[in-house]
Amino acid sequence: MSAAGLTVEDLTLSAGARRVVQDVSLAAAPGEVVGLVGPNGSGKSSLLRAVYRVLRPDEGRIRVDGDDPWRMTARTLARTLAAVVQDPGAAFDLTVRDVVAMGRTPHKRLLDGDTAEDARLVAAALSAVDAEDLADRGFDRLSGGERQRVLIARALAQEPALLVMDEPTNHLDVRHQLQVLGLVRRLPATVLVALHDLNLAAYYCDRIHVLRAGRIVASGTPPEVLTPRLLEEVYGVVGEVRVHPRTGAPQVTFLPDEADREAAASGAQDG
Amino acid sequence: MGAAPAGTGQRGPGPEPGPPPHPAGGRTAATGRAAAGGRGGRLAPVLLTALLLVSVTAGLGVGSVHVPPGEVWGIVTHALGADWAEPAWSRVRETIVLDVRAPRVLLGVVTGAGLAVVGAAMQALVRNPLAEPYLLGVSSGASLGAVIVVVTGAGLLGPVSLSAAAFAGALLSMLLVYTTARAGGRITSMRLILAGVAVAAVLTALMDLVLLTSDRANHAREVLAWTLGGLGGVHWGSLWLPAVALLLGIGVLTVQARSLNLLLAGEEAAATMGLDVARFRARMFVLLSLVTGCLVAAAGPIGFVGLMMPHIVRLFVGGDHRRVLPTAALAGACFLVWADIAARTVAAPMEIPVGVLTALCGGPFFLWLMRRDARRGDERGRA
Repeated sequence: MSAAGLTVEDLTLSAGARRVVQDVSLAAAPGEVVGLVGPNGSGKSSLLRAVYRVLRPDEGRIRVDGDDPWRMTARTLARTLAAVVQDPGAAFDLTVRDVVAMGRTPHKRLLDGDTAEDARLVAAALSAVDAEDLADRGFDRLSGGERQRVLIARALAQEPALLVMDEPTNHLDVRHQLQVLGLVRRLPATVLVALHDLNLAAYYCDRIHVLRAGRIVASGTPPEVLTPRLLEEVYGVVGEVRVHPRTGAPQVTFLPDEADREAAASGAQDG
Repeated sequence: MGAAPAGTGQRGPGPEPGPPPHPAGGRTAATGRAAAGGRGGRLAPVLLTALLLVSVTAGLGVGSVHVPPGEVWGIVTHALGADWAEPAWSRVRETIVLDVRAPRVLLGVVTGAGLAVVGAAMQALVRNPLAEPYLLGVSSGASLGAVIVVVTGAGLLGPVSLSAAAFAGALLSMLLVYTTARAGGRITSMRLILAGVAVAAVLTALMDLVLLTSDRANHAREVLAWTLGGLGGVHWGSLWLPAVALLLGIGVLTVQARSLNLLLAGEEAAATMGLDVARFRARMFVLLSLVTGCLVAAAGPIGFVGLMMPHIVRLFVGGDHRRVLPTAALAGACFLVWADIAARTVAAPMEIPVGVLTALCGGPFFLWLMRRDARRGDERGRA
């Protein structure tokens, strides 16, 4: 399996009557990890949904390895592209292993059973997200973070050449945030990932696109994109950006309002 | 897979030494589908098949005239052409077993199995554990269709027209409930059940109206008895249609079991795993309506079997539909055969409609399920 390229050109999307993405273009070369950041409601999820063929574009082109996802069957696309979406689903007593094994479906014909190779891929995917121990647990009984890791394992079991992830670090504790993104980093696949945390984006992404109100307002490598001016413009907050001496990646520190800082400081003294 | 880590701009080793995603020869391959569903998955169908044989034997033997099991099997095997039992039984007993009880027991098997698989599939389709044909008003739609045919006299065309009308009614009510419950995006349990209750109420009222205003008042009593759900009055000639519908239903659903699993993951996730959700759902609605229509036309609306059986078997075989569907079918068949035995013996010589008994078990089960899911919802603390 190899990595697939992704291009998005002049994409415009609506949710109902509302424009949610306007004239967005971006590209991910095979093997790249491309991040999407931006405030809530800036259109990140919609953009991802169009790429994984759930939200039909009003205008513009999407190409996965040169092909239009909307001209493929869901199954054909699913052999190239896997997605980690935000809705965890219901599981009706499915075990974690069952849920991860779902990822093998696009590679199966109608009456194919599960092979030893499937079992190996499922086990490997579980171990990659540090979830071997969960294999026989009921998916419905997991915590939010455990469930998120299982959904990522399911996407891995799908053996994607392009992996699309919507806030994959949601619900994860710090250790697993780093672990999951480190894993994503090492995948042979191309990755398009929406992230809340700018520092994680800065460290793990090759390039970042910043969305605001459905438009891309900045694109480039993390050091090019993450500037105090951008934080002010896009998020409306004051922040500092420094290159971290150990990671070499830009690191963002948000500065709360002067008044809040004083309140916090006096609160700390009182305690 | 398993190539060297790719990606431009690698930034040295990651902050933590996690294992690579698909280690060649990683953990030993097939622990298979162990634990949770494993042993139950293999054992349950065998046990249930044995139980079904026992149930059928009991169904054929129990009643005003008691026929012991040995004799039941003697009569049955003799009728099937095997001569290993000396026919020492009376003609009357043979008639009772073969012509009176056998069609009834088989209709119980077919209806129980059918309702159970329809319930399991419906629960996946609307992603809600409380779904089943009766509670969602689908049986009411089927009943209305069948009653219209009876009252207008179109029933002269036999069980096919009856079932066709029941199918149309079932499909109509399923679409009504689904579109109502789905309004505004996600289907919640509350909207689903309320929509089902409302649709059932309207369709049942319509049915009563049709029935009470018809010229064929002599039908009314008979039809009213049928609307309570019962297996009595069936004969060999009316058995083939529900049987064919059941086999078709089980066949198609079993082939599509993986797709039903995917639906549980949510619509978007299912789509990204290769399922054409809209088309699949449309086909399933037609199939489930067809099976429900044929069953209701034959046995009347029998509630809660489709709710209880899938949940009970999931406790033993897990949630994978490849295992749930066959075991639910067997369990449903056993359950309805026993329910029917109870229906004709507890108040003998009077017969209680079997739908009344299934509701007596199913109602409390429904309440328990609702409470359990509410508790689980709290535990999960979903937003």
